[in-house]
Amino acid sequence: MQRSAPDERIAQMDGPAALPRKNGELVFDAPWEGRIFGLAVALSDRRVYDWGDFRTRLVDEIAVDAESAYYESWLAAFEKLLLARGLLDRAELDARTDEYASGMRTDEDDDHDHEHG
Amino acid sequence: MSHNPEPQPYPALRAQAIESLLVEKGLISSDAIDALVDLFERDIGPLRGARVVARAWTDPAFKARLLADANAACDELAIEGLRNRLVVLENTPSVHNMVVCTLCSCYPWAVLGLPPSWYKSAPYRSRAVIEPRAVLREFGVELDPAVEVRVWDSSSETRYMVLPERPSGTEGLSEDELASLVSRDAMIGVARVTAPASSQAA
Repeated sequence: MQRSAPDERIAQMDGPAALPRKNGELVFDAPWEGRIFGLAVALSDRRVYDWGDFRTRLVDEIAVDAESAYYESWLAAFEKLLLARGLLDRAELDARTDEYASGMRTDEDDDHDHEHG
Repeated sequence: MSHNPEPQPYPALRAQAIESLLVEKGLISSDAIDALVDLFERDIGPLRGARVVARAWTDPAFKARLLADANAACDELAIEGLRNRLVVLENTPSVHNMVVCTLCSCYPWAVLGLPPSWYKSAPYRSRAVIEPRAVLREFGVELDPAVEVRVWDSSSETRYMVLPERPSGTEGLSEDELASLVSRDAMIGVARVTAPASSQAA
């Protein structure tokens, strides 16, 4: 499914789930925040889950830890949703995280694994 | 010269691991994520870098300050988040600049948003240095052989942004209109800025 405009339901979320903005522009404090934002929206686009399910989990995460940065709550909500749906396995996710942390795996490895385009 | 990737905090590693696994499982492609983030960023506001370029095109004193000290000039436009030294490179009729990060994916994201996947790809990172003209041609930029190509290798200390040439036929445009013409790729140095069709016809 190809979008022609950002989904209003996502762009206009209000309350605690509202996307961080500055002068109307989305604000990502680091590149990973943009990636995890894009991932969660893209999987919802592909009907892997309903956006409402993600939003509910996001609001819960923000409520549990109001001190966390917004996209850390986003990351936690997304990860838990993927694990709950069986789309990812915690052991494989932990192992992959360790590979990136140790430098055993880099983005370049991913480029070798997957043809682009 | 040190050129090590910056150590990544846990959420960055976790996000990378999630993306990598989801791509591997065929649930999503990295290009699709790029396109989506791009769409949200672009629709909601022009790239900050484009505002910098448009200001430099319309205000010669600002341009001089930008080329001398880009971090200070960005401060003037209330652009935050620049955590590294930023150097702005001016394209001219005789010099074309393009930016790469040969070892990882250093990128001036405070002004350009998120790097596109191709910027991080191994072919771009190596070929931009070895055969920049061929790479530019693939991006649709044909350079006269007389034009000097300068390739700038980003590092964790210094990030680069290209100040593209202002296209002719844009004399009557406002700063906002100019900013809307400036693409991310033009500020990486792999595209030119073209005037809108209506003013080209004039």
